[in-house]
Parts: sequence; C-alpha cells; structure tokens
Amino acid sequence: MSKEFITVDGVHVELNGEKNLLEVVRKAGIDLPTFCYHSELSVFGACRMCVCEVEGRGLQATCSTPPSNGMVIKTNTDKTMRIRRMALELLLSNHCGDCPSCSKNGNCRLQTLAQRLGVTKVRFPKPQFSHEIDDQSASLVRDSGKCILCGDCVRMCKEVQGIGVLDFVGRGWDAKISTAFGKSLADVECVLCGQCATCCPTGAITVKSEIDKAWKAIYDTKKTVVVQVAPAVRAALADHYGVQSGELAMGKLVAALRRLGFDRIYDTSFAADLTTVEEGTEFLGRLASGERLPQFTSCCPAWVKYAEQFHPSLLNNLSSCKSPQQMFSSLAKKHLPETLGVEAENMVVISIMPCTAKKFEAARPEFAENGVPDTDIVLTSQEVIRMMDEGGIQFNELAPESLDMPFGIKTGAGVIFGATGGVAEAVLRLATLGADRTSRKIEFHEVRGMEGIREAEVMVGDKNVRLAVVNGLANAKELVAKVESGESSYDIIEVMSCRGGCIGGAGQPLPNDMAARERRRKLIYECDSLQNLRNAADNPYVQEAYTKWLQSPNSHVAHELLHTAYRHRRRLSGQVIDVQESTNVDAQKVCIKVCVGTGCYTKGAYNTLHKLMARAEKKGYTDRLEIKASFCFENCGGGPSVEVDGNLHSDVTPDSVDKFLKEVVEPKLGLGKQLVNH
Amino acid sequence: MTQAVLDRPTGQERSFVRVQEIIQECGASESALIPILQRIQDEYRYLPEEILSYVATVLDISPATVCGVATFYAQFSLVPKGKHVVRVCDGTACHVRDNRALIESVRKRLKITGKQITSDDNMYTLEIVNCIGACALAPAVVVDEQVHGQMTGEKILKLFNQIDAKDKEAEK
Repeated sequence: MSKEFITVDGVHVELNGEKNLLEVVRKAGIDLPTFCYHSELSVFGACRMCVCEVEGRGLQATCSTPPSNGMVIKTNTDKTMRIRRMALELLLSNHCGDCPSCSKNGNCRLQTLAQRLGVTKVRFPKPQFSHEIDDQSASLVRDSGKCILCGDCVRMCKEVQGIGVLDFVGRGWDAKISTAFGKSLADVECVLCGQCATCCPTGAITVKSEIDKAWKAIYDTKKTVVVQVAPAVRAALADHYGVQSGELAMGKLVAALRRLGFDRIYDTSFAADLTTVEEGTEFLGRLASGERLPQFTSCCPAWVKYAEQFHPSLLNNLSSCKSPQQMFSSLAKKHLPETLGVEAENMVVISIMPCTAKKFEAARPEFAENGVPDTDIVLTSQEVIRMMDEGGIQFNELAPESLDMPFGIKTGAGVIFGATGGVAEAVLRLATLGADRTSRKIEFHEVRGMEGIREAEVMVGDKNVRLAVVNGLANAKELVAKVESGESSYDIIEVMSCRGGCIGGAGQPLPNDMAARERRRKLIYECDSLQNLRNAADNPYVQEAYTKWLQSPNSHVAHELLHTAYRHRRRLSGQVIDVQESTNVDAQKVCIKVCVGTGCYTKGAYNTLHKLMARAEKKGYTDRLEIKASFCFENCGGGPSVEVDGNLHSDVTPDSVDKFLKEVVEPKLGLGKQLVNH
Repeated sequence: MTQAVLDRPTGQERSFVRVQEIIQECGASESALIPILQRIQDEYRYLPEEILSYVATVLDISPATVCGVATFYAQFSLVPKGKHVVRVCDGTACHVRDNRALIESVRKRLKITGKQITSDDNMYTLEIVNCIGACALAPAVVVDEQVHGQMTGEKILKLFNQIDAKDKEAEK
C-alpha cells in the first residue's frame, strides 16, 4: 500500500492511522491549543481553539476532522489566530479571573493559553459573578465561576469512569455543569476519584486542600507528626522534578519532610506488604474452600465506594482487608505511641497519597476510634509539592535521606501497589511461594501494562488461578457485568479506579495525562527491580509485626486491626416520592415506604409496591395507608426493602406481599382476624 | 377534605403508578427519555426531582443525564406550575405589536415579580414563548392550550376574570 500524506504548513506529514487532523498536526511538531480535546475521551469540538484552514474546505476544527490523503492545511493564518484569540477573549470575559488566589494558578490551561496566544486585553465587559462553590465533599471543590464549559469532566466521569455524576444543565447563557439537581458532590453517587479534576483546564474542579491542617499539626510543639508516603508518590515526584529514579525522589522527599517539621517519616509500602500478606492469605483460604470467589481487591477507596453504591451483591466478594493507608494508620495509632514514647492523643498521623478518594476513606466512620480518625490528615502529592514550595524547599538541591524505622522497610511488592496490576502481582509473588518457600518467581509480566482490562492464568500450587486486572471504573463496570452474567469467570480481580492505577490518581501533579502515567509506571517498576527484597513475605518488619503484635496472618488480632466490612450506600440524598396519602383522618394510620432504588428495583420492588396498593384497596384499608416510594435504605443485599413506620423489612417480594400485609401491616392498623377472610 | 389535599393536582394519588405505566408504554430505554418526560409532565404538570431520579433508575442512566435533558428543553419545568398556564407569544410579529404591555399587565394581575413565573396561589403560570405560529392574530396568548388573538392588556384581564369565575363555579 502506498503511503498517504497531508501537508501541514508546507511540510509533508505521513498519515499513520491518526483519528483526527489534530493528532497529525501535533505529530508534525505544532502544538495546537485545545481545552476540550483529550485523546482518551470522545471528541467534543466545543472550544474551537484547534481550528485550522483546510484547503477547499475552509476553517475546520481539527479535533473533529478525520485526515485524508492529500489534504493541505494551514495552522497559523490571520483567520485562525483571530478566531483563537477571540474565543479566548470571550472565555476570559466570562471567567472570574481570580488567578493569584486560585489553587490552579500556574497550572491552569486558560491562563497558559491566554499568555501563549498573546491575549493581553479583554474587550468585553464582565457580567456579575456568582461563585457557586461546593466544598462539602471530603476530596473535591467545585467552583462554577471558573468553569469554561469544556465538558471534559462530564465526559471523563461518563466515559472513563462509567458513572456520569456531572452533566450540562440548562441552555445557552444559563448552561452550566452540574450534578443531578445541583446537589453537592457529597450527596450524589460521586466516588471522589477526582479524575474530573485531572482534566479540568481551569480551577473549576480542584483537590480539597488539607495543607493548613497539616501546618497546624506541625506548628503545634506538643504534637508528634507521623507521616506515611504512598508508593505512587515517589514516581510522580521523580517525574515532576526530573529526578532520575523514584528511590532517589523518595530520599529527597524524606529530607524535605524532615525540614518541614514532620517528626517520623514512614513508607506506606510497608503497609502494602502487610496488605499483601493479609490479602494473599485470605485469597489462598478462599481458593482452597472455593467460597466468595472471585475475590476483589479493596485497596482503592473509589472502587470500594463504587461497589457499595452500584454492586451490592459483590460486597461479600471484596477482600475484607483495609487499604494500606488504613492498615498503616491502625497499626500506627495502636502501637507507635509506645514505640516512640509519646502520648497517643499527641500523635498525628498524616498520609501523603496520590489520591483524592483517600481523603474520603480516611473520613469513613469505621476508620475512627472514639471519633478520632486513624488517619488524621490526607495530603495529596500536589499538596505536598505546595507545602514544599511554601517552605522554600529546593527539592533538586536536597541530599537524599533514609526513612525512619520500623515502618520504613519495604519490599518491591509494596512499591508496585502504585501501578495497575501491582496488587495482583504482589499477591501472586506471595501465593506462588509455596509452603516450602522454594519458588522464587518474582516478575509476572502478564499482569503488567496499561490496557483497561488484562487477563492472565497462573498456576498457584496445583490450581490454575484466573486473574483479571482492571483500571478505570467503566472497564470495571464492563468486567463486573461479565462476571455477574457468568460470561467470564475469575478467581481474583484487581480493580483500580484510575487509569494506570494510583500513579494516575487525581492527587498527582499536573499534567496527569496518559503519557505522564506511562512514565511514572516505568519508574515504579524500576524501583521494584532495585529492591533486594521483592516478596512481601520477606519483609523483616512485617514478620516482626506479626511476632510482636499480630500473631499470624488473618488471626483474630489481625482481623480486629487490619480488616473491615462494607456497607450498602445510597447514591442520591433525600428522595421520596409520595404515592398515596392517608385520607382517613380519624383512624390510626401506617406509613409504608417501598424502596425503588436500583438494587431493589431490579428485584421487583415496583411490583411489590403495586401489589401492596392493590391488595390494600381490596382489603379496604387503603385510606389508612400513607405510601411512599423511597430511594435506598442502604439495605440493598436484602431487597426489596420496605419500611413500615420506621422499621425496615427485607425481602418483601411481590409473592410475599400478602403475608407481609397480614403479619406486619395489619397488626399495626389494629386489624385482627376479622380481615383474614375478607 | 383538607385544603392541602384540594390544592394538589388532580389524580396525584395515582400518578406514580402512571409513571411506571408511561415508562413501560414508551419502552424503558435511554432513547425514549424525551417522550417519557413529556408524558410525565402531562401527568404531574411539572417534573418532580424524585420522579426524575426514578426514571433514571428504571432507564439505568445517571440522574445527572436526566436532569440535563429536563433542563435543556424549554417545554420541561422542574418547578410546579399553576393550574392554568398562560403563554404569551414573543415571536417577531407579537413582539412588534407591543406584547410588552400585555406581559406587564399579566404580571401585575398575577402579582408576580422578578424571576417568578407562578402566582403565589398556584393558580397561574406565565410563560414567555417563541413564535406559536399565530402571527396573523398578533399579539397572541395561549391559555390552557386555547389561542386568544389580538390581545390587549384589558382583554386579558377580562379573560382572567372569566377563568376565575369558571373555577369558582366548578368549586361549588
């Protein structure tokens, strides 16, 4: 086949299967500006920044124009420049422009492009600005005054994460990005993965900062500040500062944190090793008994929240292990005060994470003792970079230092938790070890990679273990559907919400695109290769933790401290539909709420409701019932759920409605036997 | 019956059952969303938030998407409308024939101010709509689906009085 070319500003560029002109132009070395184009998202064509003149076709948005042989295009003409500047000027006229005090200052694409394209004056008057700020969630802040309606967040949530928390509402001048009915992110089905923030070109969606809380703890001389650093953070910092290796970046970070006033600096990879031992042991147990398979990993807090909201039937299959962050904090809060010789109430545990959902995880009530959270403060990589900037730290000038003991020792298995496939590989290294510990297989390349869903089969003892590794919640949704339908069958499934795993978490520094994630992935595996110990079971301090405190993997003590349980979680707050009011004001009435949330709906809750009303009418007491359709009593496992005067009843199927009325409702109405034959 | 019950749109007791029927008649798929919303609005006279959530549940799409569609089209309303809907045409012909005075007189009569469109007693909702295609009758007003042509501020006040009288009659 002969080669195909297009001409970009007089230069021949070979076509190589690019989806659109924009990719070809960028391949030719011209960085056309865009707001709404992301290679991993669908093409939107809204921002008009990428317009070029195509010979014979006039001005075209290159993102939405497929390339064809012989096209002649000009990227930089009077017309294209005028259009880009005008588009920018109009965007700026409708933007609050609070740049100096915006947390996105210096990282904002609107700012960068305005500067790059020489927009030095905005000729249009600004309308009155109202910032609608939503800072109710644990992880993210939305500010409508900074939104330029590129729709990146909408498509990210819908296409990559398969949820669709955000959408355009209204039209024309009134159009804005909103959650359902303008609720806070805290009150909708948002899993707080923060991927919307990674692609937001402005400060409209940002990470909720806990920097001030951290400074306050550091400045308090009575407090001993203990900090853990997640595996993916070192890779992002190495990439961000141009440091050669993740290991070196970690050493420099330790030095920086000491200078900033953190007292003890540990590695979350240590806790990841502990997780591997607990989760691996749990898996081998399930594999032997054949129960609760496939086992889903539970390290990713966004995935856990997603499963709680969307897949109630799978909760039993999730590993009961806490995530490494929470294992570390449980252990630290329980045993470190004694080791360090400090009062428990004077110890503050901070974690440095690549992830926004970790803030939500730390705030979960089950991870608190007497109201005091195990993890007091969660800082993202972005926040720690800002703290270093605030403290005047010259990262590149620092000599690396070593972590503190005992929680500073890790194996390679704990480090690869930061990349997709890492947890699966760490568990495989442990599971294939065998009772005699002779197997030394370390690298399982079959679970590595960046593809959304990867499958592998590995012999564990005499059993053929089928694995799936998935990243991106839309991919997880697809995989779970296959598992639920029986189309696919696995023994263990690793799920990470963010593409690429934790290295692509929304707390990581920007740009956080797929290219950056690929670079960080390499750094993580390099870091693993450099370790002398690469199997979690070989971590001497993990072994010591069992001897001193935890007895044995999955022991009662270990369960108390390192495992957790999940709960059904509603998606939207405050929704009740009045179906029927009680019209009989004289007699005692009963309030019945039937859940019509997805879990119950799919189990026939509507038919339950319908039959309930029909039967009550036939029996002649319909005027004494107040009937409502409700959304989710967080009892999805026991659906269809019905609440009667505040008491929850499970499994009220259409078939059991008669029994339910007779045994539960009629006694409340004071109706006895006289109605049985009615 | 109490006042609260009287004020409610007729047939609300059964309208949730209607919602399920409507969804089944239209087909529970995303592509049927607009006809479903149209017919639900006929039932409730507006689109209640929780009903939209229910539609999202049944259609297996996100509530934000349903909310987006429901807010995009001017025909949908997420706030309750009055018993009678008064649509004043603001197409070119009506506009040049001074429908402004008409609108002002309606607003004054219904005592609605600012962004408010429904009178406090929930009897009337005023909507300003684009061309209704009755240009020859400009300025035109549609009250409860019936077109009234060559309207003036005075004529429309008479119309309101007639409607009020009819309502009173019906109440008796």
